[in-house]
Amino acid sequence: MDIKTTLFYIFSTILVLAALRVVTARNPVHAVLFLVLAFFNASGLWLLLQAEFLAIALIVVYVGAVMVLFLFVVMMLDINLERLRRGFWNNLWLGGPIAVLMVVEMVAVLSARSFGLDAMPAPAPTAAGVSNTKALGVAIYTDYVYPFELASVILLVALIAAVAINLRQRRDHKSLDPARQIAVRRNERVRIVSMPVEKE
Amino acid sequence: MEALVLQAFEHFWGLFGLWEPLWALIEPVWPLVWVIIKIVAILVPLMLSVAYLTLAERKVIGYMQVRLGPNRVGPLGLLQPIADGMKLFFKEVIVPSGANKVLFFAAPVLAIAPALAAWAVVPFFDGGALANIDAGLFYVLAMTSMGIYGVIIAGWASNSKYPFLGAMRASAQMVSYEIAMGMALVTVLMVSNSLNFTDIVHAQGRGWFAGQGAGFLSWNWIPLAPMFVVYFVSGVAETNRAPFDVVEGESEIVAGHMVEYSGMAFAMFFLAEYANMILVATLTSILFLGGWLSPVGFLPDGFLWLAIKVAFFLLIYLWIRATFPRYRYDQIMRLGWKVFVPLTLVWIAVVGTWMVSPFNIFK
Repeated sequence: MDIKTTLFYIFSTILVLAALRVVTARNPVHAVLFLVLAFFNASGLWLLLQAEFLAIALIVVYVGAVMVLFLFVVMMLDINLERLRRGFWNNLWLGGPIAVLMVVEMVAVLSARSFGLDAMPAPAPTAAGVSNTKALGVAIYTDYVYPFELASVILLVALIAAVAINLRQRRDHKSLDPARQIAVRRNERVRIVSMPVEKE
Repeated sequence: MEALVLQAFEHFWGLFGLWEPLWALIEPVWPLVWVIIKIVAILVPLMLSVAYLTLAERKVIGYMQVRLGPNRVGPLGLLQPIADGMKLFFKEVIVPSGANKVLFFAAPVLAIAPALAAWAVVPFFDGGALANIDAGLFYVLAMTSMGIYGVIIAGWASNSKYPFLGAMRASAQMVSYEIAMGMALVTVLMVSNSLNFTDIVHAQGRGWFAGQGAGFLSWNWIPLAPMFVVYFVSGVAETNRAPFDVVEGESEIVAGHMVEYSGMAFAMFFLAEYANMILVATLTSILFLGGWLSPVGFLPDGFLWLAIKVAFFLLIYLWIRATFPRYRYDQIMRLGWKVFVPLTLVWIAVVGTWMVSPFNIFK
């Protein structure tokens, strides 16, 4: 087994175990941290495929930003797992068939017939001097420029919508105006009173 | 470089007549050994710099406040960092009873690991990087964005109020300033047309002024001046240093996420913070001040120039700390989101327009 295959098995084993722990961990903070570990190993797998830009983007976007906010929220919530698990068996009649369906679908898509080496051969190693960051940029901004722009507009709309939904104007709202704070002069705030010295 | 080191080894062990058996043992794993040698050659000086940066900080701030600073341990207080290190090393590490033990000890490791890992792609002289990878700049961005986990996990695992508040402040602040930092870097990679640090430095070595022997006028700091300031100030905020140190503001939340840590566990956070400071200073030097390039044509390029630039930025770090009062938290957020992010977005458009106009100087 060469070193790349060994690394592949190490990364994928840890990835699968971490993913399992994400759903089985009792503590939600542990679950989030296992998800971070899973992202890391997925990124390692992408590095093995010579997709270094995507691998690092996965770390920057998911590990560096999205999961931090996840962790932030999960830490602040008071999650009572006992109460969450109480309804577990009542919903089995719905959850069970959905789980089975998902497994069947995944097997159908990821089976050797459609995903094996003969259906999808290993990518040819890129020639030296070809930067895949540049290749990705060229592809995004030429062939896929409209889908790319559409996706970004949808994200922007979602962002603004989220702000708009959560923005509730309050009557007694107090806000600071930094420009006015900076414009304040000393004699508007401090009054110097001269007091005559008193003797006893 | 590699051949030179090998020759030195051969010469040294040859004196004892041990080279032949030793080489037979090492040869199959030599590439690995060579990488480890390079890692040690980066980390040992880095750790020494961290130790003496703490001394420099106390001395510089002391002089700025008309004090002497530490001057008891060794000549001029030069052994002070070693004394501090010994003290921390022998102190007891106390674990709060309600703490999550595994995460409590994982947090310092998660803080220091990214701070050290980022150094893998930093070039110290031409070709002098551990890994000269294509997406170096992006890799550093990924590694520095990881540092926040150490802080958050420390705050949560301590199971205590001040650390938790400190961790909340830290994560909000670091996530905010990372955006401005990343956007400022976008302009750098636009004008350098590369994500590779070595290429970015070489791109700054070209231009009309460099041809005239005044290379320092060709560096990125002039055409990208606003981004240079934004990047460095964001770097100060990102490392949670004064005046952005609300994370560990003594008067409000004691030491933030580090309240419950003692001994070596605390020292790890400390090392990570200072290693990150040096990293930000080094990156600013490489991205905006030409890295190892010499400012004038008649002096040779070399590592010494990078060291001088890094020392200059570290001095600015200390100078800022001795000069400015701490920001209020809402002011920090306002500066990050309402000043820096719009400024960088506008400047990306400006640089983009500049580059397609006939006045493009970045070729």
